Amino acid sequence: MVAIAQLATEGLVKDFGGLRAVDVASFTLYDGEIRAVIGPNGAGKTTFVSLLCGRFPPTMGRITFEGRDITALPAHERVALGIAYTFQITSIFGNLSLYDNVALPAQRRVTLDGNGTVRTKAMAALDRVGLADKAQEIASNQSYGHQRLLEVAMGLALAPKVLILDEPTQGLADSEITEFIALIREVAEETTILLIEHNMPVVMALAQRITVLDQGQILAEGTPGEIRANAAVQTAYLGG
Amino acid sequence: MIRSVLLHGFVIAALIALEPLLSEYHHGNLARIMVLAVYATGYNILFGYTGLLSLGHAMFFAAGMYGCALMIRLAEWSVGPAFIVGVICALIAGIIVGFLALRTIGVGFMIVTLMFAEASYLTILYYNEYTRGDEGFTIAQSVRTIAGLDLSDTTTRYFSALTLFSICLIASAAVVQSKAGRVLVAIRENEDRVRMLGFDPFRYKLFALILSAVMAGSAGAAYAVLFGYAGASFAAVQYSIFPLLWVLLGGPGTTLGPLLGTVLMFYLVDYASGTIMPGLAAMVETQFGIEAPGLASAYLLLVGVALVLLVLFAPKGLLGTLRARMIPWLP
Repeated sequence: MVAIAQLATEGLVKDFGGLRAVDVASFTLYDGEIRAVIGPNGAGKTTFVSLLCGRFPPTMGRITFEGRDITALPAHERVALGIAYTFQITSIFGNLSLYDNVALPAQRRVTLDGNGTVRTKAMAALDRVGLADKAQEIASNQSYGHQRLLEVAMGLALAPKVLILDEPTQGLADSEITEFIALIREVAEETTILLIEHNMPVVMALAQRITVLDQGQILAEGTPGEIRANAAVQTAYLGG
Repeated sequence: MIRSVLLHGFVIAALIALEPLLSEYHHGNLARIMVLAVYATGYNILFGYTGLLSLGHAMFFAAGMYGCALMIRLAEWSVGPAFIVGVICALIAGIIVGFLALRTIGVGFMIVTLMFAEASYLTILYYNEYTRGDEGFTIAQSVRTIAGLDLSDTTTRYFSALTLFSICLIASAAVVQSKAGRVLVAIRENEDRVRMLGFDPFRYKLFALILSAVMAGSAGAAYAVLFGYAGASFAAVQYSIFPLLWVLLGGPGTTLGPLLGTVLMFYLVDYASGTIMPGLAAMVETQFGIEAPGLASAYLLLVGVALVLLVLFAPKGLLGTLRARMIPWLP
């Protein structure tokens, strides 16, 4: 299979005041892959993916999606094109039911496609993460692990082409993590996954390729095997 | 959904059934309350459902009131077309203020709407040649007719107010239970997340603001033709605060909260100013020999106390508390 570039950046820079948080010369995400972005705390991972999904504009550089320049597109239009983002800090609608939480992205999908019903799509998304039987419960009453899964379900209900997951397993129990890995493998059959993750076993289990960020720049990129063997990564991140 | 239709149908039916039972005093009160509840219903769409606290809604109420009343007074239009002009004035005000004020959020939004309302209040005073300023002007009983019906007649006035209220209540219930309504509630809860689910929050907030302004304007126009008066006090800051209080009392984000809040606050003020405070003043005088003429008219003190208690102990308002405790399906 020839790898097709799906989401790509050129000369992407983001400054916060005097601090250069992101300075990525070139990055390409290929159609259908599971890519992990790793790096020490403060390496600019969240800032980098926030630029991809348009939460704020870059200082310099260009972002393309399926060959189209999306640098100037606002976040909600990028979502409509198929780039979904799930938040690092759980960002669900706490006062609403689980159903209403996923109904919102499901409704967006139905409007974009012009077919399907909100109820089926919403329930399908809840079903996938195993929360269908709790559909009518209030989101803020759920355990932390379930709230994380709900967050992922909201991303899934959008049926995106690229799903960006920002530290999805943070705070999950080991048993939940095993289920989560299985879920992402299943989702990856139809969706490109960009995963920011601190948990190395999760990264090694899921990622086909890994991008290592350090101080806003790409330090290394390669297969899990290559990254493990990379001396620079070992000193910067894996603790040598 | 069926429960919601039945509930709103029941409330409207109850208001119809109440009409022949009311004394003339309460008859006039309830007509006024229903018109003000239209105002509160509009306010609730923006504040209760979308989470945007405006401190300038009096400008929309006044736009409807003056748009309508001035057409009758100066251009000698009849009530029907003049009412529509009033609503259109509020619509235009809503669009302009929306595009400018919605660039801000939170306290910024409150201040910008407050400033716009203050500017419109001063504009009304400035053009007192036409608006008669604070003193205001009355609309003659002879021109307050629509389709041959005399709007100053108590029964006609009651049912006119009820018709407008029913339309706005049903519209509000339909909107908040629609797909767009779900997005409005989500914006109230977490705007950033809504954006990352592919919705443009600005468009939805603008829609809510315009709908809210149109309802406020229709209430203002209805007030002018049903009660025959337009005055600058309706554009002053307290008329921006009133709908906030009514909605807070009844329950922000509930379709029937605005009506309930308006009824209760109206009668609380009525009872406080007519009975409680004068009684208190008389008691102070006989018991302590102190004359306290100010106390008799200090009914707002009681309203203030009621509100403080409400915010402390039932911040979701009456119907909001009821929904949280007992009736989760309440729209």
